Amino acid sequence: MGVPLTVAQVDTGDTAWMLASTALVLLMTIGLGVFYAGLVRAKNSLNTFMMCVSALAIGAVMWALIGYSLAFDGDGSLIGGLGHVALNGVGFEPREGGTIPHLVFMAFQGTFCMITLALISGAVVERMRFGAWMVFAALWSVLVYAVLAHWAFGGGWLAAEGALDFAGGVPVEMGSGFAALAAALVVGARKDYGRQALLPHNTVYVLLGAGLLWFGWFGFNGGSGLGTGNSSVLAFANTMLTPACALLTWFALDLIRGRRVTAVGAATAIIVGCVLITPAGGFISPGWAMALGFLGALPCYAVIVWRPRTRVDETLDVLAAHGIAGFTGILFLGLVAQMSWNGVADGLFYGDAGQFWSQALAAAVAPAYAFIATFVLLKVLGAVMPLRATEHDEAVGMDVVYHGEEAYVTGEGAILVVPEDGEKEVPVANPV
Amino acid sequence: MKLVIGIVRPEKANDVLEALYRAEVRGVSLSRVQGHGGELERVETYRGTTVKMGLEEKARFEIAVSDDFVQPTVNALREGAQTGEVGDGKIFVLPLEQAVRIRTGEADQAAVTPVVK
Repeated sequence: MGVPLTVAQVDTGDTAWMLASTALVLLMTIGLGVFYAGLVRAKNSLNTFMMCVSALAIGAVMWALIGYSLAFDGDGSLIGGLGHVALNGVGFEPREGGTIPHLVFMAFQGTFCMITLALISGAVVERMRFGAWMVFAALWSVLVYAVLAHWAFGGGWLAAEGALDFAGGVPVEMGSGFAALAAALVVGARKDYGRQALLPHNTVYVLLGAGLLWFGWFGFNGGSGLGTGNSSVLAFANTMLTPACALLTWFALDLIRGRRVTAVGAATAIIVGCVLITPAGGFISPGWAMALGFLGALPCYAVIVWRPRTRVDETLDVLAAHGIAGFTGILFLGLVAQMSWNGVADGLFYGDAGQFWSQALAAAVAPAYAFIATFVLLKVLGAVMPLRATEHDEAVGMDVVYHGEEAYVTGEGAILVVPEDGEKEVPVANPV
Repeated sequence: MKLVIGIVRPEKANDVLEALYRAEVRGVSLSRVQGHGGELERVETYRGTTVKMGLEEKARFEIAVSDDFVQPTVNALREGAQTGEVGDGKIFVLPLEQAVRIRTGEADQAAVTPVVK
């Protein structure tokens, strides 16, 4: 963000790319739904997907009503203002220093809020009540997401301290990862956790979802330069490189550990790689982005192997894949940022130790706020409504209980209820 | 020598397996079946189409055991599968004429006795 020398003017090239980027990020939430649905048991796959779909709805509405204003109105230190409540004053004119219409900026940032909500659901799938989830998501989007987004992007104190976060290492990745840990602790483990093997029901979905996420991430990172400038181009290229390197590390670790390269591992590595480069995308050279992929996958892999040995049922490892990867990426950026590539700042290796401490501050504060705020929010919510399904409902599966649908329904034994005839049934199967 | 058939809730299948192993019953077949045992029909809606699901997913255990093992097997099935609600399933015990272990050709009693290694 530089100081505009002339009156802000819309750039058509920038705007075109940001329109496309916004759609790409929106697709990520659906990709995440596919990824998550594949990772859970068949009886919970629709509910798991629906948590992501509900995040689209809740995220967009809360963002438009209040979240956007709190994140991006004014440069208050802790929180933004109420000037843009219900999108008041958000029109075709660019924001100060911007080259895209304000509405496009709002929509692009909104899709980040939506996917962050969806990410957290990975910690509580297969047992959280759908209604309680939606209330939680609505409140979290304002109390945690908008706050962290303001600190990192909206002119808040973290940015003022010099902390760099290209595409959401603070609000999206560390925000969701450490919120997920808190949510898993408050909601509690699934009843069968640690007693039975709870396995992914469709690993092809897992890979397909990861692929859609990687595809969408080109908009997520590539759009975070808010135009088509050098930082967007750099982030775009890095989004290709880092996940590819993370994949190779993952293959090697899988080989060493189990003598086989696993598909679910590969899907996880793609996401870990994308997350690693998220905070650093437009700030580090392609060479360092590759190093980040190779090295940054190590702590994430370690946490993914360690977590299931604990009593913490952080079911789909949001902490490892997002929290730890975001943490790693934001610190790494403090080491290897290069003014010659980003025009903004040098990291520790290039002579500015101060940048590393700014990054360390972000890496300490974002997890702490996300964890504590989520913990308190869910404790309060748990006092006014049950957070989780009954044991009976958990056994039957969330799909039938909350949605009255199944993912893999055969229709055998289904008796059609014809609405016009009221009570009269048309028997198509008559079990004895 | 009897054939014990247990038709149980699929979500209790793991509990049944655990109970069977604890009762030292080995040699189990498990299949997925659909059935109806008087439980309330589940209503599902797909767009405008509302259906009552008359058949429920069930897991069907088939266990061939020597006479001494019939009661422990039945007990384990009950213990593992019971929730107390309609739809827990049924256990059937049938006489068994002949059993052959394919690998060795052993017949009857020897065929249904677990291999001790």
